[in-house]
Amino acid sequence: MHDVTLIVNGVPRHARVPARRLLSDFLRHDLGLTGTHVGCEHGVCGACTVLLDGRPVRACLTFAASVAGHEVTTVEGLADGDRLSPVQRAFAECHGLQCGFCTPGFLTTVTAFLRENPAPADDEAIEAVAGNLCRCTGYQNIVKSVHRAAELMAEEGP
Amino acid sequence: MTTKLFGEPVRRREDARLVAGNGRYLDDLGAGALAVAFVRSPHAHARITGIDVDDAIDVEGLVAIYTWEDLPEGVREPLPLLIPHPALTHGRTAYCLAKDVVRHVGEPIVMVVATDRYVAEDVCERIQVSYEFLKPVVGLENAVEGPNLVHDDVPGNVGAHLVQEVAHRDGRATRDVIAAAPHTLTFRLDIERSACMPMEGKGVYARWDADDRSLRVYSSTQTSTSVRMAIAAKLGLPLPKVEVIAPDVGGGFGVKIVHPWPEEILVPWAARLLNREVKWTEDRREHFVSSAHERAQVQHVTVGFDDEGRVLGLDVEILHDHGAYTPYGIIVPIITSTQLLGPYKIGSYRVEFFSVYTNTVQVTPYRGAGRPQGVFCMERTMDKIAQYLGKDRTDVRAVNFIQPDEFPYDQQMIFQDGRPLIYDSGDYPESLRKLKDLIGWDDFPALQAEAAAEGRRIGIGVGCYVEGTGVGPYEGGHVQVTSDGRVHVSTGLTSQGQGHETVFAQIAATELGVPIEKVSVVTGDTRRFGYAVGTFASRAAVMSGNAIALACRKVKEKALQIAADALEADPADLEITDGMVHVVGAPSASIPLATVAVLSNPLRYAFDEEAKRATQFATGGSMEKPPVAEGQEPGLEGKDYYSPVRSTFASGMHAAIVETDPDTAEIRILRYAVVHDCGKMINPMLVEGQIHGGVAQGVGGALYEKMVYDEYGQLLNASFMDFLMPYVTEIPTIETDHLETPSPLNPLGIKGAGEAGVIPVSAVIAGAVEDAERIVIDKMPISPSDLYALRDSSRTSGAVSLLRNTQ
Repeated sequence: MHDVTLIVNGVPRHARVPARRLLSDFLRHDLGLTGTHVGCEHGVCGACTVLLDGRPVRACLTFAASVAGHEVTTVEGLADGDRLSPVQRAFAECHGLQCGFCTPGFLTTVTAFLRENPAPADDEAIEAVAGNLCRCTGYQNIVKSVHRAAELMAEEGP
Repeated sequence: MTTKLFGEPVRRREDARLVAGNGRYLDDLGAGALAVAFVRSPHAHARITGIDVDDAIDVEGLVAIYTWEDLPEGVREPLPLLIPHPALTHGRTAYCLAKDVVRHVGEPIVMVVATDRYVAEDVCERIQVSYEFLKPVVGLENAVEGPNLVHDDVPGNVGAHLVQEVAHRDGRATRDVIAAAPHTLTFRLDIERSACMPMEGKGVYARWDADDRSLRVYSSTQTSTSVRMAIAAKLGLPLPKVEVIAPDVGGGFGVKIVHPWPEEILVPWAARLLNREVKWTEDRREHFVSSAHERAQVQHVTVGFDDEGRVLGLDVEILHDHGAYTPYGIIVPIITSTQLLGPYKIGSYRVEFFSVYTNTVQVTPYRGAGRPQGVFCMERTMDKIAQYLGKDRTDVRAVNFIQPDEFPYDQQMIFQDGRPLIYDSGDYPESLRKLKDLIGWDDFPALQAEAAAEGRRIGIGVGCYVEGTGVGPYEGGHVQVTSDGRVHVSTGLTSQGQGHETVFAQIAATELGVPIEKVSVVTGDTRRFGYAVGTFASRAAVMSGNAIALACRKVKEKALQIAADALEADPADLEITDGMVHVVGAPSASIPLATVAVLSNPLRYAFDEEAKRATQFATGGSMEKPPVAEGQEPGLEGKDYYSPVRSTFASGMHAAIVETDPDTAEIRILRYAVVHDCGKMINPMLVEGQIHGGVAQGVGGALYEKMVYDEYGQLLNASFMDFLMPYVTEIPTIETDHLETPSPLNPLGIKGAGEAGVIPVSAVIAGAVEDAERIVIDKMPISPSDLYALRDSSRTSGAVSLLRNTQ
């Protein structure tokens, strides 16, 4: 068993878990942060994407013990208190989600992407979400959401 | 904010919680519940000769191991055959845990309960099952022609055989009409297996309350009411002691309408037996090998037609692969057979299907539910007729269309709901005109020639469909206005991402004249509404939407009567705007709907200031009448049901332009256009979303997705690495246009929209690739390798010309 402490959404969180505990299960079951979803458990669908020190990673392919001491941002950490982030608002505004199961992975991915590329061209926006599966939306409104989020961020400033 | 919200692109009310990570899907519930894992068969066909758990029982954290032998009466019987049909003479269903024989890879054999899923899977690994191998049956033609049987007592592996024929109006049989037709074509079509693949798999979580002797079950299902009845029946519990709730559900697309899944019986059973909370969450591999697939058919078609391309007779023989079991009956091939006719007047029609067992995962409806196969057949037929006659493909379709003045149009068959296949309304010529405008059909030959001059191959395809939606028997709605002015709406069917909380709130807000912010909607919770059928067949908006509208109308009538008494006005002079009941044209003579709700419930006790108005010394009225009038009930609430005489028929037409790479045979969709008619739209933004998602699944089925079984019945691509679900990079921009031909069958004039997007895609893409390549495309999906091989074989066989190939 390992004592694992992570900074999750800005708060130090601790649990004692076996070495094989996946980060996705650690977040969901040990810390109760169920916003991160598990769609395939083999790193293809991207639903479990969280930000590790600001960069998107597959939580289902990461052992919790291997990222002890690092900072993790989950979908629960994207909003500023009660105010949803521009990316979250853009997805709601553009109908960028239906069942919502894959959405947390898109939101974290797009959040990291727009920090690096705040004004993406269309092919860049498509490329940014090209590692995440969605079975409901056909992606059209997800790409629209990426552009809208960029607009909102530009309007609102840093 | 106006209260006329019906028809507006209102933003979804679900999204605030879903984007914040506050959705509650099945596995998000029940922290601390015991976890279940299953030992599943690694073999497609085998007799179980022994189960050895000796190595497993010492694993720390193990709670229980169950095999079929451990199951009590009720749980040990085969699962129900949900939709019996006289033609399904050899229906067979599985056991919750395999009894003697396993018939597909993935069939559950042993159930393990442990402190967490990691431990449960450790235990599974240590359980040894021994098998005597039986010969697997894989592939449709092997099933009907080969010597091996999936079930010993099902000769020829044929579960069902059904012939339906609509004779010519002069009484001649279809085959006679075809024999006498000026032109005939005969060909074979193949469609591969695919599957729903919702991003969230199935899951069940059960809590037994020993003090109350009651059971609460959460299931990622498309029908909580029916799961509830199945659990009560199987476990021998009184129905009122069982509640089933569908929480947030991460997609369904059909697979979750099947019920009860073995796990939906076993998990509640174990929870009661152990008096512990128990949960099972399906993983992705389990979903591939132990839920359900769809689509696979082989079709043999003969068509007779005249010089104009009018179909005089159509004869279709279908081999339908239903996998190892038939829990959902033969709904899929019935839909293929009936919806095959599309928007056309077919002179005479004979369709025969054999629904066949194989040692593969069972086949149950996947979005479209047999329609994509039927439409593939009919639209390929239209393309072949056009090719043969040298006519424009849209002209051939147009001469066969049912005309706008011919509705209601009786196709003289029995539809999947057991009711006549009578189309209620539509305007197919106008749909085609809009589609041709949208895609630029008439300008395409010039574009194609231009591309050819640059060495590029592009092609265009078209596909039309009619979709029976809103099948019965019924749905209900309950609407309650409470004394705080809030409106609580509930309906029994479930939601899997369609946006029901939004559209049903739009309907209620519009009907009652209240701000949408005051309305809340609950679906799929048997504590709130016990009678329902479920969410499938593009029926939720039609069925529950109308039921909720009717319930609102009851509430409104009562509200206006109470308000009329209070305002000393005629109810006919009153209307409700923004939650205020007022005299038409005199907004000052008004009373809030909240106050009407207070007055609707004569009180003895005042629990707050507002309630004082309804207490016994505060109310006036006649001393000769009871406080609750005869035939009335206290409270401002109403319940109603919508039960249609038959389905309502939506329709649409798609067109696509594709480009094929002359060297690599890669297929790229350049443009995709949809014209869609689902009657009056409640929320056009959500209708478009449904179309986008449907088309994306259709593109998956046309170009990428298939279930690859080897000869031993092993599913070789049971992961997202190998089963190629499209990413954003595979889906084109979808251009849409709408027609709104209201349904005359229901009060809101609506038709279903959920499945439309997926239905014609394979037909459209096949037509477009054929047009680009001048090679016959009769088998879908088509990969670059398939196309490459087709090019090769067409060169060597010399069958380059489409004409020669179809002749």
